[in-house]
Amino acid sequence: MTEGILIGLTTALSFQNIFMVMIGCFFGTIIGMLPGLGPMTAIALMIPITYGFDPATGLILMAGVYYGAVFGGSTSSILLNAPGVPGTVATSFDGYPMAQQGKAGKALAIAAWSSFAGGTLSAIYLLFMAPSLSKVSLSFRSPDYFALMILGLTAIAAFSSKGQFLKAMMMVVLGLMLASVGQDSLSDITRFTFDNMNLTDGISFVLVVMSTFAMSEALTIILKRNDPTAAAKQVSLTELGSIKINKEERGKMYRTIPRSSVIGFLIGVLPGAGATIASFLAYGMERNLVKDDEKEKFGKGSVNGLSAPETANNAACSGSFVPMLTLGIPGSGTTAVMLGALLGFGIQPGPRLYMTNPEIFWSVIMSMYIGMVILLILNLPLIPYIARILAVPKNYLIPLILFFSITGIYVMSFNNFDIYLMIGIAVVATFLRLYDFPMPPLILAFVLGGLMEENLRRSLLLSNGSWEFLWDRTLTVCILVTTILIVLWHIYKTFSKKKS
Amino acid sequence: MNINTTKIISLLFFIFSAFYLYTAYQIQVFAFDENAPFNARTFPIYLGYAGLFFSGLKLILPDPDTIKVEHRTLEYKKTALLIVIAIIYGATILKVGYFLTTSFFLFASYYFLGERRWVLMFLLSFPFVAGFMYLLHGVLEIYLRDPFLKSIGVMG
Repeated sequence: MTEGILIGLTTALSFQNIFMVMIGCFFGTIIGMLPGLGPMTAIALMIPITYGFDPATGLILMAGVYYGAVFGGSTSSILLNAPGVPGTVATSFDGYPMAQQGKAGKALAIAAWSSFAGGTLSAIYLLFMAPSLSKVSLSFRSPDYFALMILGLTAIAAFSSKGQFLKAMMMVVLGLMLASVGQDSLSDITRFTFDNMNLTDGISFVLVVMSTFAMSEALTIILKRNDPTAAAKQVSLTELGSIKINKEERGKMYRTIPRSSVIGFLIGVLPGAGATIASFLAYGMERNLVKDDEKEKFGKGSVNGLSAPETANNAACSGSFVPMLTLGIPGSGTTAVMLGALLGFGIQPGPRLYMTNPEIFWSVIMSMYIGMVILLILNLPLIPYIARILAVPKNYLIPLILFFSITGIYVMSFNNFDIYLMIGIAVVATFLRLYDFPMPPLILAFVLGGLMEENLRRSLLLSNGSWEFLWDRTLTVCILVTTILIVLWHIYKTFSKKKS
Repeated sequence: MNINTTKIISLLFFIFSAFYLYTAYQIQVFAFDENAPFNARTFPIYLGYAGLFFSGLKLILPDPDTIKVEHRTLEYKKTALLIVIAIIYGATILKVGYFLTTSFFLFASYYFLGERRWVLMFLLSFPFVAGFMYLLHGVLEIYLRDPFLKSIGVMG
């Protein structure tokens, strides 16, 4: 293995590959910042270029684009509340409020350092545990995945603001209902389309996230324009662009980053789980672990609340390379595109890849360290300039947010029905937000809806329609017990607060 | 029971869930799949019941934190105007093309939000959209249908 690592290191440190990482990170960051164009689009655009290189260089370029795009997605989440990719939705929960308080530069700096730390720690875990983790990830069965998704959805609902559990659960159900629109994945039977051909393929994730976050945020700002309590604070450009993180904030990050990187990496390793579940779980876990006074800050610009999902989503990006390279199972849509490219190079991923093609396997892992450093060097100096987006007057910023949201949807389908659907969902979301119905649970449920149905289907078919699969395996039971404990803890907390 | 807007929203969600459940039962499945442990309607049926359960609970249980929204301070007129502009944008984009509709959409939005600096409004609509279009169409090679630019020979 040591020999393989050294071969990988030599390959990754060649001038051409370092240059490719730089190009990939830069290009990925730019694409990731444009709402609607996520890492999947960025990598897909890169595939024709990568075929001109050897497999290791091609994969290194794509990996650079991948984490660059995830970081770029965080920037639009923090500044515009417009997460272009599912993995950066949780970043907006505390990043956007922080930017609204005039700390956009600080929020971007926290995101940059957390991403760097998450990605680097994850690459270290990958270095030591990749071969053995592939065996662990194979032990997860459909019932475990189903239970894991129940845990994720319950956790996000339980950890939403106090007294909002039922509202959050209603949003979870609404998200799952939206995800059920379109063709059933197995039988191709159309559901809830009402004979409208435009709904046959279902509703796209980008459409739902753009309407419930970016567009609805823009409408809410206009709606509350005269509300004295919602009047935007005028902040100076120096304050807006400041990237200084003080000692107390650094202390919080030191505690958050290690645990979030572990959860991010482990979730990333599971095939099909990916950065979204990782970032939501890390956010939920962090909220559970911090002190009560810090807990109150969650959703209002908490340092821990921003650092946790940012660390986890980058850690999950690295983690998702484990099932892709060692099992040939993509951990996310993005790695699925990369897997396609890898097969195009004539490389067959599998448990022996790190032995048969060490220069590919280990050079990608080694290039991750270099990529994280380059990402940080590229982005930190640019933060004061990027943060100035928020200094644009609202009269211009709001139409521009609407423009980016609608364009993001239009370029995906070239269909004006999607624009109408987006406006409809945004209007309903704006109304729900006025009455404090949380949107994050809806988004997570929408993302997990298809996977959840798929795993429930497999579990029920294997157990011949019996629900025994829920307590047949120790792992499933452990996950479900954790879910029950979270609900009970939430009920206990609610009642104990009422009494006091 | 204290009736407030949150309760009304919960009631609407309850009715919506009932409609969803009814529609879920109407999903046509293949004859051989009818009695299978899992078919295309199984998951939606569970979701319908879950919707009824949670919205029902929200309706029945007392609401300790009543949300009060000051409707008088809300800018309904401008918000509605912007929504109408977005609908018009959707209705015209395929016929007129991306460049003109998007530029007019931005220009009209700036105007209705109270902006009157004409030069800046122009610069942040027509040239801005042209630049963005060049990035998408020219650099990233993402095809953008535009009958107007095609008719004047700018796009192939």
